[in-house]
Amino acid sequence: MATPESTDIERYSYDVVVIGAGGSGLRAAISARARGKKTAIISKSLFGKAHTVMAEGGAAAAMGNVNPNDNWQVHFRDTMRGGKFLNNPRMAELHAKEAPDRVWELEAWGALFDRTPDGKISQRNFGGHEYPRLAHVGDRTGLEMIRTLQQRVVALQQEDSLSLDDPDAMIRVFAETTITRLLKDASGRISGAFGYIRDTGRFVLFEAPTVILATGGIGRTFKVTSNSWEYSGDGHALALLAGASLLNMEFVQFHPTGMVWPLSVAGLLVTESVRGDGGVLRNSEGKRFMFDYVPEVFRAQYAETEDEADRWYTDPDHNRRPPELLPRDEVARSINSEIKAGRGSPHGGVFLDVSTRLPAEEILRKLPSMHHQFLELAGVDITKEPMEIGPTCHYVMGGVEVDPDTAASSVPGLFAVGEVSGGMHGSNRLGGNSLSDLLVFGKRAGDGAADYLDSLGSSRPAVSSADLDAAVAEALAPFSRSEGENPYTVHHELQQTMNDLVGLIRRESEVKAALGELEKFKERAARVAVPGERAYNPGWHYSLDLRNMLLVAECVAMAALERQESRGGHTREDYPEMSPEWRKVNLILTLTGDKLELTHKPLPEMRPDLLGLFDKGELKKYMTEEELAGLPGPQAPASSATAAAEEGH
Amino acid sequence: MGYEASLRVWRGDAGSGSLVDYKVEVNEGEVVLDVLHRLQATQASDLAIRWNCKAGKCGSCSMEINGMPRLGCMTRMSTFAQEDVLTITPMQTFPVIRDLVTDVSFNYAKARTIPSFSPDPAIKPGEFRMQQEDVNRSQEFRKCIECYLCQNTCHVIRDHTENEGAFSGPRFLMRVAELEMHPADEADRRNIAQDDFGLGYCNITKCCTEVCPEHIKITDNALIPMKERVAGRKYDPLVWLGSKISRRPEKAGTPAVPGKR
Repeated sequence: MATPESTDIERYSYDVVVIGAGGSGLRAAISARARGKKTAIISKSLFGKAHTVMAEGGAAAAMGNVNPNDNWQVHFRDTMRGGKFLNNPRMAELHAKEAPDRVWELEAWGALFDRTPDGKISQRNFGGHEYPRLAHVGDRTGLEMIRTLQQRVVALQQEDSLSLDDPDAMIRVFAETTITRLLKDASGRISGAFGYIRDTGRFVLFEAPTVILATGGIGRTFKVTSNSWEYSGDGHALALLAGASLLNMEFVQFHPTGMVWPLSVAGLLVTESVRGDGGVLRNSEGKRFMFDYVPEVFRAQYAETEDEADRWYTDPDHNRRPPELLPRDEVARSINSEIKAGRGSPHGGVFLDVSTRLPAEEILRKLPSMHHQFLELAGVDITKEPMEIGPTCHYVMGGVEVDPDTAASSVPGLFAVGEVSGGMHGSNRLGGNSLSDLLVFGKRAGDGAADYLDSLGSSRPAVSSADLDAAVAEALAPFSRSEGENPYTVHHELQQTMNDLVGLIRRESEVKAALGELEKFKERAARVAVPGERAYNPGWHYSLDLRNMLLVAECVAMAALERQESRGGHTREDYPEMSPEWRKVNLILTLTGDKLELTHKPLPEMRPDLLGLFDKGELKKYMTEEELAGLPGPQAPASSATAAAEEGH
Repeated sequence: MGYEASLRVWRGDAGSGSLVDYKVEVNEGEVVLDVLHRLQATQASDLAIRWNCKAGKCGSCSMEINGMPRLGCMTRMSTFAQEDVLTITPMQTFPVIRDLVTDVSFNYAKARTIPSFSPDPAIKPGEFRMQQEDVNRSQEFRKCIECYLCQNTCHVIRDHTENEGAFSGPRFLMRVAELEMHPADEADRRNIAQDDFGLGYCNITKCCTEVCPEHIKITDNALIPMKERVAGRKYDPLVWLGSKISRRPEKAGTPAVPGKR
């Protein structure tokens, strides 16, 4: 066990270091190992506990198993619409094209998805997806995915045990290990990663020319969140500190349906599958209020009456979707408006009801985790009564700016994948597009890192001892202060501030106030002190995580202040409209010294063949006159559902 | 609504430790993990607790509450009387790292010994066809969140650490059953279930099933059917005769146990 003063460092050498052992990290590691690279997986928790286990609904992939009209073009269109056309179009394209192969691959590794009557992988409806598209296992799809990838890693280790006589020879998991700094060589290339091992508190150095960030999101910065303690923005902060840029950090997804009561579980996720499978939202007057909130850009695709909406579940080709299945940003804002108008439920949410919509046995079969969760934590039987729900901080669309094909950041040797990367989901992510994102870009990141390694030849970037000393000193600092503030208090107050001032609905004055508060938090965080030893000391871990949470909080606030429009996961009360001019802008954040800088950068343009997938009438709702004038000639129909209806299906 | 609960929490490390008394505020609707977090935030910042999702989905916060193996995040304070003293200790079967955190590496080592999913290599990804009724059983086992409460509870290792080498425990015997019942898996793990993973040690007292927070019927649906399959193979006269006259090794479909020398 390490004493508070010990500066001993365990040293390892790897080709690829993957930080994060969720879906994207494991998929990246598997592909790096397949390319013959010696790979370390760094997991903040135990192996198999990563945040991916909390994903419920499914993985979106246009396999067309349930509705044969589905294909990658339809999926691409849905993704761009969901992101309000601010997505990186190349990422959305790769994602839509490759998701089916990545899902099928999981099945070949032992995953057991729910089945269609003809024995294929079943697919369910979800918000913003035109067809049933989500491969799923009840409402525990994330667990199935993480377990499958975990077991795939074990299978590879068993092969290495047989051929190399060491299961850890080519791929090794470092559980309960946290990275606090990335290291670079003199020319600015990645040379390693430094951190601590939780159970002993010992420091550890991984010398490696490539690092893949797969650290997930930032939800722990907010008070009401569906995210676990791990989501402290580590990868976002490590990337900034290493010189990489973040993009569009103002876009934070508030999932419309989190638990609101009991308070101790406020924010806990209630899967969108509840609505995909027939659940409806009602206010205190019993009204299905979502019909009042269908925005202009989506009006053509959503039902106008309860009758039409209800018919859609059995006859989707001739009816439009229920408005409960609008993209998440729309539903979250609508719920917020109902609560503000005084039509909320007793504990400050609205009602989500599946009990009057499906027979009890079907609810138990399709939504077993939700039934379990509400019964055990709130004493509510969802087969008999409605749930009370409200918006909860769930996902950050912003993240490390990456090359779409390789997941490479602007720092040589540094890659980012999954929630920590930005661009794929634009201003709002569709449900189901996260699990598929992890798989598609996880594989690409592993391959990208392998290609980069091959290009290096025999040169290995070196770790500078001065940087290493600085990393050690930074990690030890909380122990050197005998009198100081408790890190838990600073964290709780930071969460409250972000929730109150940079939450679902934003105003200039409040965001400015938040930036002022953040300066004070930074001063307080620099003074926190922790008692005890280094071995498994959560107070110490918290005090180190604070640096990351404060950095990402400032990024979110700065970008939220800058973007003067409302789009997806960024709603400005003082700029309520979506602006075609702002659609062309990516907001880029970089760190120089200890100062964050924000710049504008043009959004990458959509290729003509991808633009051709939309009709001009739809693009008009998003683009400037100038952009529209430059569009090529005749356009394809907007929706293949319309096309199918015209063909008499 | 709120009250002060009396807690006795085990504090210490591999060397030594003892129960320490605390008084902690409790609010309506809270679970044991909430109260431990409040203790951490207000009185004992270095209290070691392993947790992650706080939603009963990751299986990290396994502990013993008044001697019962449970998840801290799924145990509501309202299941105890306000005047009860709650004794909270780490899982007994595994070595303590610090406070409520134990070294569960035993389980990860066992996971590596089970031969992995082995489908017909001729079936390409996307070509698998399986009926829902054929995947139901293995899906039940795949609900497992690997909290290891069943491993902690099973008396075969809880009371007899000398069995740790020969016995994989309910979680991994269930993993064997899951693969045996997987419609696309082709390997035959029946003999090694008995010989290498210690299925015979299980005397079906169902303690594992009782503590499973996912309510998986480990004994009835995984362990007993596995025992029946093993017995069927062992005492089938044709299998016996085949093993005597064939020049090929007896267990043609039985994979090698990884890591076994």
